[in-house]
Amino acid sequence: MAKSKTSEPAVKVKTTWKNAFKRDWQLYLLLLVPLALVFLFSYAAYPGLRMVFMNYKPAKGYAGSEWVGLDIFRKIFKDADFLRALRNSLVFNFLDLIVGTPIPIFLALLLNELRYPKFKKVSQTVLYLPHFLSWAIIGSVAYQLFRPSSGLINILITNMGGESVPFITEKWHWAVTYLLVGVWQTMGWGTIMYLAGITSISGELYEAAMIDGAGRWKRMWHITLPGIKPTIITLLIINLGRVMNSNYERLAVFGNSQVRDFQYQLAIYIYEKGLGNLQFSMATAVGLFQSVIGVILVLLADKFAKMLGEEGLL
Amino acid sequence: MAKNKEINTEEVTPDGSRAINKFRASDVLIMIVLTLLCLTCVLPFIYLAAKSISSNNAVLAKQVYLIPKDITFDAYVSLFKDGSMVRAMGYSVIVTAIFTALGMIACTCAAYPLSKKRLKGKKVFTFLLMVPMYFTAGLIPSYLLYKDMNLLDNMWVLIWPLIYSPYNMLIMKTYLQSTIPDSLEESAFLDGASNLQILWHIVLPLSKPIIATLSLFYAVGRWNAYADNQYYIRSDSLKMVQYKLYQMVASATEAQTTTLSEAAAVTSTPEVLQAASIMFVTIPIIIIYPFLQKYFVKGAMVGAVKG
Repeated sequence: MAKSKTSEPAVKVKTTWKNAFKRDWQLYLLLLVPLALVFLFSYAAYPGLRMVFMNYKPAKGYAGSEWVGLDIFRKIFKDADFLRALRNSLVFNFLDLIVGTPIPIFLALLLNELRYPKFKKVSQTVLYLPHFLSWAIIGSVAYQLFRPSSGLINILITNMGGESVPFITEKWHWAVTYLLVGVWQTMGWGTIMYLAGITSISGELYEAAMIDGAGRWKRMWHITLPGIKPTIITLLIINLGRVMNSNYERLAVFGNSQVRDFQYQLAIYIYEKGLGNLQFSMATAVGLFQSVIGVILVLLADKFAKMLGEEGLL
Repeated sequence: MAKNKEINTEEVTPDGSRAINKFRASDVLIMIVLTLLCLTCVLPFIYLAAKSISSNNAVLAKQVYLIPKDITFDAYVSLFKDGSMVRAMGYSVIVTAIFTALGMIACTCAAYPLSKKRLKGKKVFTFLLMVPMYFTAGLIPSYLLYKDMNLLDNMWVLIWPLIYSPYNMLIMKTYLQSTIPDSLEESAFLDGASNLQILWHIVLPLSKPIIATLSLFYAVGRWNAYADNQYYIRSDSLKMVQYKLYQMVASATEAQTTTLSEAAAVTSTPEVLQAASIMFVTIPIIIIYPFLQKYFVKGAMVGAVKG
């Protein structure tokens, strides 16, 4: 114990492992817990990835299945199902990004302009709610509202003399419903970062602008929006890094046989090919492809953010 | 502040009175937009609540909007009599409680040592503990691993693989580094306290806000996730309540969209019962939600600061 005190201020001097361990053995002991967990439940699964070079048969296991080199990858890139899943994942994730980015910004600007703190608080509380609900709840509520003929919206439409709209049973309508529900779920919670950014904008800017006669909309456009530009860019880059991800729960709960053309995305492909059809090697290869592209995108996003002078993400 | 703004604009705008009116108009406009958006979050649940306590006939006749008709609690009674949803709810509570407790232990065990600048090997350990956030082996290798570990169709498969969360660890580490002054620990160190004593008697009591926040992150995350129920669990009695709800919707959706006949959907699960089930699963979240929200916002802020 006494030794450790003397070694502490001297940061430059390299502590030997022996001294470090003597001083901090309790800390290393604590670290064993998370390390054991990641090794047992994450890293231990990595060797299983070798099945992408095998024609893995569940009955034969790793030892009994034959090595096939890159055949599995050749196969998936010719697989129409995979190509469709990849196309859908990319298209819908980009659309999520395009539709989902401006709305929280817009909402944050509105909330910021609101002059009645009570109204602001209540509306924030209400708007954050969907973030806390599971996709099972959101999906079942959406089903109650949007299904053909007996969904609430369609009851209202037909009552007013309109024709029932196939919100969730025709693929183009489904695409819009799927995207809008996604936006609805994230719009409130998404404002938090922007609101935090807005509070750091100097009040003097606003005062100066007011004296120059800039109205509310002008101040919003010329001060608030440029003020949160760094936040917008950072969040956009983070989300670009996630463009390969797909959320199985969201897709599954919005799935039905009429809309498979669009709903069939990578997460669905991996689940159905893998656990459904027992095509383990193919499902794993697609999963690996998705992860690797995902990691590359995150690294690129980090580089890009640093290039723009933002703090990195990693 | 608000008043100042008004006065200022009145002074500087040539057309004073109109400016004030314009301002009020924009206020009203903002409030209308926000109110409409809030309604999209509230009305669906009012509709479902109304539906869940109406009679099946009124619902089938499409007479229920936001106000219940022929009020009856039959659906809830049969939900409780049937018992499967209620049991699943109890089970979900147990899984979530165990998960949250173990998760906080794992999180603290990782975050506290890594928050120390002096820790030798810190970079290596941080790297090892962060990689799983960016790269996972994927569904099938994990499935086979859990199979080898005899975890399939076992409650613990819903717990062990997820209790260490790199994201939560980062938040806690950032919090510890930014709020606990080094001098406090140093003086304890001089008094001969060990690392564990410092953690237990000084650091943890000072970290109550972040412990509350992260516990809620863990609890809400586990409570809401259900894909792993589908991947790894076969027995009905080991499935969480969110998954049961998902199964109900999925079968109702298929019944309706494949046959496109309402009669089929109605016979699969009665309308009112469906609404009651959704409400049953939603109500617990809505009850604790106002409490949750405050801590979540705090956590999101800490999380935004890079670790």
